[in-house]
Amino acid sequence: MSARNRELMALVPASLLVTAGFAAIFIQRSQVLSDVSLTYGAIFLGLCVVTHIVIRFTLPDADPYLFPLVALLACFGLVIIYRLDPAKALSQAYWFVGGLVLFSGTIIALRKDFRVLEQYRYTIAAAALALLLLPRLPGIGAQTNGAYLGVKLGPIAFQPAEFAKIGIVVFLAAYLREHRDVMILSARRVLGLTFPPLKHFGPLLFVWVAAMASLFIIRDIGSSLMFFGAFLAVLYVATNRLGFVLVGLVLFVLGAWAVTHTVGHIQARVDIWLNPFASDRVLNDGYQIAQGLFAQADGGLFGTGFGGSLILTPAPSTDLIYAVIVDELGLAGACGLLLVYLLLAARGFKTAMIARDSFSTLLAAGLTAVLALQVFVIVGGVTRVIPLTGVTLPFVSYGGSSILANFVLLALLLLVSDRARREVARR
Amino acid sequence: MKAPILKLYGMVVLLFAVLIGFTSYWSVFDAEALRNQPANHRDELQEQRIKRGTIRTADGRLIAGSIKLSDGRYRRRYPQHDLFGHPVGYSFANLGATGVEDYYNDQLTGRKSELVSVFDSLLGKRRVGEDLETNLDAKVQKVAMDALRASPTGRGAVVALDVKTGAVRALVSSPPYDPKDLDNARVYRRLATDSKTTPLLDRATQSRYPPGSTFKAVTAVAAVDSGRYTPASQISGKNNKVISGVPLQNFAGEDFASLSLTDALTKSVNTVFGEIGEKLGKTTMKRYMDRFGFDAIPPIDLPRAQLTRSGERTASGGLLTPTSRRVDVGRMAIGQDKLGVTPLQMATVAQTIGNGGVRMKPFIGAKAFDQDGRTTLDKKPEEAGRVMSGASAAAVTAMMKQVVKEGTGTAAALSGVDLAGKTGTAELNANGLNDLWFIGFTTRHAVAVVVEQVQGGQGGTVAAPIAKKVLEALGDGR
Repeated sequence: MSARNRELMALVPASLLVTAGFAAIFIQRSQVLSDVSLTYGAIFLGLCVVTHIVIRFTLPDADPYLFPLVALLACFGLVIIYRLDPAKALSQAYWFVGGLVLFSGTIIALRKDFRVLEQYRYTIAAAALALLLLPRLPGIGAQTNGAYLGVKLGPIAFQPAEFAKIGIVVFLAAYLREHRDVMILSARRVLGLTFPPLKHFGPLLFVWVAAMASLFIIRDIGSSLMFFGAFLAVLYVATNRLGFVLVGLVLFVLGAWAVTHTVGHIQARVDIWLNPFASDRVLNDGYQIAQGLFAQADGGLFGTGFGGSLILTPAPSTDLIYAVIVDELGLAGACGLLLVYLLLAARGFKTAMIARDSFSTLLAAGLTAVLALQVFVIVGGVTRVIPLTGVTLPFVSYGGSSILANFVLLALLLLVSDRARREVARR
Repeated sequence: MKAPILKLYGMVVLLFAVLIGFTSYWSVFDAEALRNQPANHRDELQEQRIKRGTIRTADGRLIAGSIKLSDGRYRRRYPQHDLFGHPVGYSFANLGATGVEDYYNDQLTGRKSELVSVFDSLLGKRRVGEDLETNLDAKVQKVAMDALRASPTGRGAVVALDVKTGAVRALVSSPPYDPKDLDNARVYRRLATDSKTTPLLDRATQSRYPPGSTFKAVTAVAAVDSGRYTPASQISGKNNKVISGVPLQNFAGEDFASLSLTDALTKSVNTVFGEIGEKLGKTTMKRYMDRFGFDAIPPIDLPRAQLTRSGERTASGGLLTPTSRRVDVGRMAIGQDKLGVTPLQMATVAQTIGNGGVRMKPFIGAKAFDQDGRTTLDKKPEEAGRVMSGASAAAVTAMMKQVVKEGTGTAAALSGVDLAGKTGTAELNANGLNDLWFIGFTTRHAVAVVVEQVQGGQGGTVAAPIAKKVLEALGDGR
């Protein structure tokens, strides 16, 4: 079976899941099974098939599993959001359509050779940094829970960091493709570990400063962890030197420690993380994380069922959607969801491994790493592995910018994959 | 660049394993602790959407039921008003639950093990509460309540147990409260802050009264069962005998020559029992008190917050073991010193002697039924332990029968019921303010009555008639 036919087949279970999910919610709501769930499933399948046809004509050799896996996540997100708030699900569905359009647009625009992005690396880097700074601009910046993650332009609100992460990965991939040889060759070994030469410490330091600045500027540990983690991942893949990663990690921890002790908001976040149940906290600033944990406790092994749980958590469709998932689908459902992300990451890294040129490899590895890290940051926040921050669960959480940006990310992965697989097949 | 990508993927798998580890910790391993967090109100809110099971008396009278509100939630109603307020308690979303409503919450809300509930949800069954049947008897409860209300202060408690099984037939605290009223925040605050009559206090299980002479029954058991005395042992009942270095007075300063243990109990001679307490010593007294359940949380099916231990207390309310240096064993043996006991504890003392020396665990809940009528809980009588030999129990029973037959005032008060018992008049101050007691048992039931803070009066004339009415309501009349 050809790659595209496999992709088409894999979309069927995703559509069935939408149908089953909506059916479950209708039963829970009104004790009747409405045929509307079939309609929703059909609409979803239709949209995916149209997108699939676009891929078929533009990227015939691309990985067949990436798009169905994302469709699975997106439909899962739609069902959960519908269960929480049908009005939000409708607007999320519109964003989903928008995401598919942007996805197709990106593919069509870059289908000749996506490597033109390399030429614009400094422009892209500057744009990414500008996007990161946007929420602090007076008038359009919006603050939620003390973090500056959103921008409000009249009725439109979006989170520029979602797009910035792609820009940063593209820049890193392009920059390290150019400099990785010198970084490896002139490295020095100290105490059994390899350290980068001082003159190439420059860019490393620059990214570190950028990460610290973003921590300072947007005041969000999660985003900062995500960006810096993606940087270390790309650096590691480019140089295969654990020493570089260690230096970076130490710098990050030192910097984060210093910032934590100077920025009150971040310090408060860390305190809440360490002790959310303190009696003076559990009903105000620790409420969100505490309610998230209480919801998970109700889930148990198999969950309370779609629509069966009590929604007390604030932001159930965005930051804390994972807590709702654990509550309603239990540990089993949550493991399934994380497994889908792991499969997605596996396909992404596979693409990186078979790509023939370094830029493609670094780009695919970086995009996959940043996606996986984003999942870790938000799920880790909800499960109290790290302080809770306001990033979204990719493709599942409610939010337009998240959906749009992640579809662009997927488009880039498919572009890399198409070229790599064609070259592998030709060999 | 393949090797570092593989390692990177390994790192991602590791991070996700951490996520799954933490998720399972919160959702499964630590779930119970999270559910019990005081800030976690999910259960209460969720349970409002479940049809809570009914609670009924042994004779089928509805104590608590649920009505569905227009928004789909359920609300508790209590058709017996204030009759069962203390033992059965209440269950409201904003106040939580007390009494039997709290203790049997899992049954009443139909909480099941995870696997069973998964199976039920696959079958499309909704979670429904189970119905609870109690051992309480509506008629007896009402008789006891009316009698307490008609008493001189209207404040006190009655506990009636099945003498063989420990089943609680009546548990009354007066003044009572109507659970329905508590749903109103203003009324609740008024009742909760009423420090004069404390209607929310369960006097039967939470109040510590000085037991007065009823405690001589405990001392008599220790005396006979330890083998140091027989009912016929002759002891001097002189007034102003020196006990623990201080002269002890008899009631009304009466002077007795040498008299038998039985007669001493009948006439409630303080100096006799003071001497017995001193001679038996603290260790022996403690042994029998422990066997009776003093100093321990009573093993009854009520929430811990609604129970208190009976025994010697320090001035600040801390528990004092009977072997402590600060205990005056002679005065403890006659129910004075620093003793504070609950009516439930004294009912248990009577039940134990009446049951041939075997103490039973008191229990209010009897059975639970699911919606298909299947019995899901069937409480069996449980022994708490043997306190004394059967022979000792028979001997003390004979002594206590003599008390009822010949004791001052009691004979007339209790005519019509064949029982053994002991009165108590615990002096609270020098101006004649007393807590009045009666404990007793027939072959079928044991009862403890206390009427608190009566000016003048005696246990035999105020508390004993209430016990008689209760026992007659239980069908123990002659």
